[in-house]
Amino acid sequence: MIRFEQVSRRYPPDIAALLDLSFEIGAGELVLVSGRSGAGKTTLLKLIAAIERPDSGKVLVCGQDIGELKSALIPFLRRNLGLVFQDQKLLFDRNVFENAMLPLSIIGCPAKEAARRVRAALDKVGLKKRERALPAELSGGEQQRLAIARAVVHRPGILLADEPTTRLDPASATEIVTIFRDFQQAGVTVLIASHEQAPFAARSPRRLLLERGTLLAEPDSGLSRP
Amino acid sequence: MIAALQALLTRNVHALNWALRRLAAAPLASLISLLAIGIALALPAGGQMLLGNTLRIAESFGVRPQISLFLAADTDRRTAEATGARLKNHLRVREVRFVPRGETLKRFQAREGLAEVIAVLSNNPFPDAFVITPRDDGPAALEQLRDEFSRWPKVEHVQLDSDWVRRLDDLLRLARAGVALLAVLLGLGLVATTYTTIRLEMLARRAEIELSRLLGATDVYIGRPYLYLGALQGLLSGLAAWLIVLAGTLAVRGPLGELPGLGSLQLLSAQDSLILMGFATAMGWLGAALSLFRQLRNTS
Repeated sequence: MIRFEQVSRRYPPDIAALLDLSFEIGAGELVLVSGRSGAGKTTLLKLIAAIERPDSGKVLVCGQDIGELKSALIPFLRRNLGLVFQDQKLLFDRNVFENAMLPLSIIGCPAKEAARRVRAALDKVGLKKRERALPAELSGGEQQRLAIARAVVHRPGILLADEPTTRLDPASATEIVTIFRDFQQAGVTVLIASHEQAPFAARSPRRLLLERGTLLAEPDSGLSRP
Repeated sequence: MIAALQALLTRNVHALNWALRRLAAAPLASLISLLAIGIALALPAGGQMLLGNTLRIAESFGVRPQISLFLAADTDRRTAEATGARLKNHLRVREVRFVPRGETLKRFQAREGLAEVIAVLSNNPFPDAFVITPRDDGPAALEQLRDEFSRWPKVEHVQLDSDWVRRLDDLLRLARAGVALLAVLLGLGLVATTYTTIRLEMLARRAEIELSRLLGATDVYIGRPYLYLGALQGLLSGLAAWLIVLAGTLAVRGPLGELPGLGSLQLLSAQDSLILMGFATAMGWLGAALSLFRQLRNTS
């Protein structure tokens, strides 16, 4: 599903965000990319979502080489991804329902079907009763759940979440991890970048540990070693 | 295929809904903006309407150009009739009136001062003549007809009053050019206004545009609602201009109708109304498209 082959990414003047990174994630896996701030977790997710391109190496997502992908085709790749951003990127002038509806509007889903899917997604994250609320009226945990509902409403094959449990209390963080596990069990490939370990401890997902752009350890797979 | 068409239709319905909601969200500001553009567009539209009425009034005064065809003095009745039939069947002739030489003589005899002069003549000096109203009264067409008729047998002289036709044509051409220039200038004004409106709208929704891109929106998807907004703004401005011209026409129609010979003022024709709406819509769309092109290029 996702394959990195000796991928490097540098930022000016000469800061290596990722160095010679290789690993593979199969369909339906739940993977935690962990490491300290600045380890390269967000860059890794950005490469998968084609928000950035690798300087060298190959990033293959669903068989498509991100480095070679034409700009005009990027939107169509992203429609198969669900993105949960570190800063959530909620639209504060739209209510919960309208925020979750956005990916379905983009793919041109008919109104009735879209409404049904939005309600199902909100139900899944426990926000069905708050569909008329504005994001500003939600708690931090609810905002994060809304971001997750928006990421999965169009039924993507891959879900990428950047620091989804940051700023959440332990109970909310555990709830969020449970939601991700449910999506994985429904067949979605889930990739979570987080510097936190605790919320995921009980779920023991496959873990990629990054440090200064290199893969330090991958205890469960044996696909890539530093 | 059907699913793709349905998705396209859904996206267009969403875009149109969004554009309508944007206009309705600030009704007073939208109304003022539409009125401002509408008033500007009403100037060329009103000019076009006045031009149409001027032409109609000119025609009602009988100033449609005519050609006088004089036969040779020795032309017999049969040749005159044959010439008349040929003129009636001519595709570029609208009307023909035969003026027999006897009638011309009588008319001149009836004129004060001329009767005595004519009385001393031994025979009727006037030729048979035809007064021709051509279908196309443009100067070039008139001159072409004159040259053609001059070559016909027994035609002594063909006369057309091309000077005043030319003058009228020049004046109309000038007026038309003025109206067209005004329309282009004010159309550019509409383009500029829409450009700015869409630019501000996109700047205000920058976060949403960036998010949509991250979620898989194409530039076409992002731009579609703004194109609808620009086109709607143009269409409604055109409608406002049409209503302003209509109100102005109705306001002066009564007093003008009382002036002898002018008749009642005609409203903008259906064709001119459609051109006005289409032009305004196209200019609004163009302003939005230019703004989109620039904004999307800057944010990509």
